[in-house]
Amino acid sequence: MIEVNRNGDVWVFAQQHNGKLNDVSLELLSKGRELADQLKVPLAAALLGQNVEPLVQSLFHHGADKVYLAEHDLLETYQANTYAKALCQLITRHKPQIVIYGATPRGRDLAPRVASAMKAGLTADCTDLDISDNTDPSTKVTHKNLLLQIRPAFGGNIIATIVNYDRWPQMATVREGVMAMPTPDTSRTGSLIKKNVELDQADVLIEVIEKSQREKRVNLKGSRIVVSGGAGVGSAEGFALLRDLANALGGEIGASRAAVDSGFINKDHQVGQTGTTVRPALYIAVGISGAVQHRAGMQESAKILAINTDPEAPILSIAHYGIVGDYKQVLPSLIKAVKARA
Amino acid sequence: MAFNSVVLIKQVPDTKNITGQAMLDDGTVNRAALPAIFNPEDRNALEAALSLRDRCGGTVTVLTMGPPSACNILRDSLFRGADRVILLTDLRAAASDTLATSYILSLAVSQLPDVHLIFCGRQAIDGDTAQVGPQLAEKLNLPQVTYVEELIEASDSTLTLRRNLGDGYEVVKAPLPLLMTIVGTANTPRPPAARRMLKYKRARGKTELLKEAADKFGKDATDEIETYVQQRSEDLSAKGLLIEQWDLDTVKADVTRCGRSGSATKVHRIQSVILTGTEHKRVEPTAQAIGDLVHELIEDHTIG
Repeated sequence: MIEVNRNGDVWVFAQQHNGKLNDVSLELLSKGRELADQLKVPLAAALLGQNVEPLVQSLFHHGADKVYLAEHDLLETYQANTYAKALCQLITRHKPQIVIYGATPRGRDLAPRVASAMKAGLTADCTDLDISDNTDPSTKVTHKNLLLQIRPAFGGNIIATIVNYDRWPQMATVREGVMAMPTPDTSRTGSLIKKNVELDQADVLIEVIEKSQREKRVNLKGSRIVVSGGAGVGSAEGFALLRDLANALGGEIGASRAAVDSGFINKDHQVGQTGTTVRPALYIAVGISGAVQHRAGMQESAKILAINTDPEAPILSIAHYGIVGDYKQVLPSLIKAVKARA
Repeated sequence: MAFNSVVLIKQVPDTKNITGQAMLDDGTVNRAALPAIFNPEDRNALEAALSLRDRCGGTVTVLTMGPPSACNILRDSLFRGADRVILLTDLRAAASDTLATSYILSLAVSQLPDVHLIFCGRQAIDGDTAQVGPQLAEKLNLPQVTYVEELIEASDSTLTLRRNLGDGYEVVKAPLPLLMTIVGTANTPRPPAARRMLKYKRARGKTELLKEAADKFGKDATDEIETYVQQRSEDLSAKGLLIEQWDLDTVKADVTRCGRSGSATKVHRIQSVILTGTEHKRVEPTAQAIGDLVHELIEDHTIG
């Protein structure tokens, strides 16, 4: 761990793959910007890789004041051990007070390894981050300006706020889409700080034989309208009706974890804390009860229409419109009405 | 080619079936209200280790840290084919975060001889953090391969594995010893074997025996309890039915690195999720009302 350093920067781990920045890293720069402004310290991105310097400008445009760039032959391909070693060296030298990571499979592979090596705290899958003074109930000591790490736990039955008094840096992961993507400002610049990291061939423990990344077939984040189904849809066939509605509206199909786990639809469609977070103009929730993890992924939609047979379903409490009824009857009427007006 | 595997498992509250008050007034989890189950992806980790042993030989040791009731998932592991099970239980380990947990588990694993492979579930359903596996690998200075969906090939010194990364996959070759975290789609856990169930349903851990004795003689009858536990332990041990029980002293842990004091993260506040009832417009499920709704959404440029 590093000592408490209240002048330390706020850092975002800038995850890149094949020379392209991951969206979540840019999203984190917007939240990082807020945190850094509250703390009146610089916002920095930590960029690791080989021949990735062209990405630096984009990090400045999205809000970073500084970029710590560590390039090394052995960082060309991501692996936990080399990346963790390199990042720990940067953290030890520059003592940031906060480090946030995207909760991608790679971020969730890397961050805990760093946390363990630094003997520092780490909170997974935060849905919000904030700065506040905090008093330790056992010692009554007040710690100034701590990072509040807010996340659902126990299957979404509770929301926990986690703090880290003194085993710094304060670290958290955040899922893709949870924070809004900042609008890039191409006039922004910052300072590029190139750093050497010491890595040895012996640190490369794993051989990557084959890699395949498929494009997501589903563009939930970019869609203005999302028609989502939950356990209440009851079957894969039931989703055909949702698809008809989505087609009529020019929208995309979403789903709750329950629907995905029941095998009604592919995981690419999942909305929620462990899926994609969406902010469409209209979110239509069909047969979704509205567990907190699901709500975490859609509650910032501009308009929410909930269709449910249960008048007590929690989803109705955040909906703007509620239809209590069987979706098999409601959706055909809805499709007909949309087609008639279009 | 035979591998000695350790599988780390966790007893978790069944977060999908919570009955009663999930949290106590002091903000801690009311485990009594939560049915305790074998963490789902840990079952996949156990299956991966068992099927590798069935194919290549070796042993499967299952280790859990938790309250004495975690003997239930150790018995379950025995039913399914584990060779050895160990309960690590100690009140001083309560409230450990992932950092303190991985510290304790790293010491426990280090006590076991000639470990080639460590299997963990990708994540546990109570916290969904997926942190303990990588943290344990770091503490043991081992390579880690997370999100493992398929074990493609095993040699004496390496495993070839396929990782499922959600939007793609990666095939990696990793040297032994090695830590893996296994995803739920990796396999279908085998059912308990009837013959093993008959045998191992009588397996007990020491704390369970103490409770058994206290129920029988009353908790003040210390002499009788001691004699009873001694006798039962010897009997069970002779039949291979005594569940090994370790504590922080067994693994030589520095207690300041365990439990609440060893945790870097502190829970500042727990809020039960209470939905604030916002006003929503109730639309009747009639063609007329739905038509009006669509009209309204077009008017305010939400659709169209």
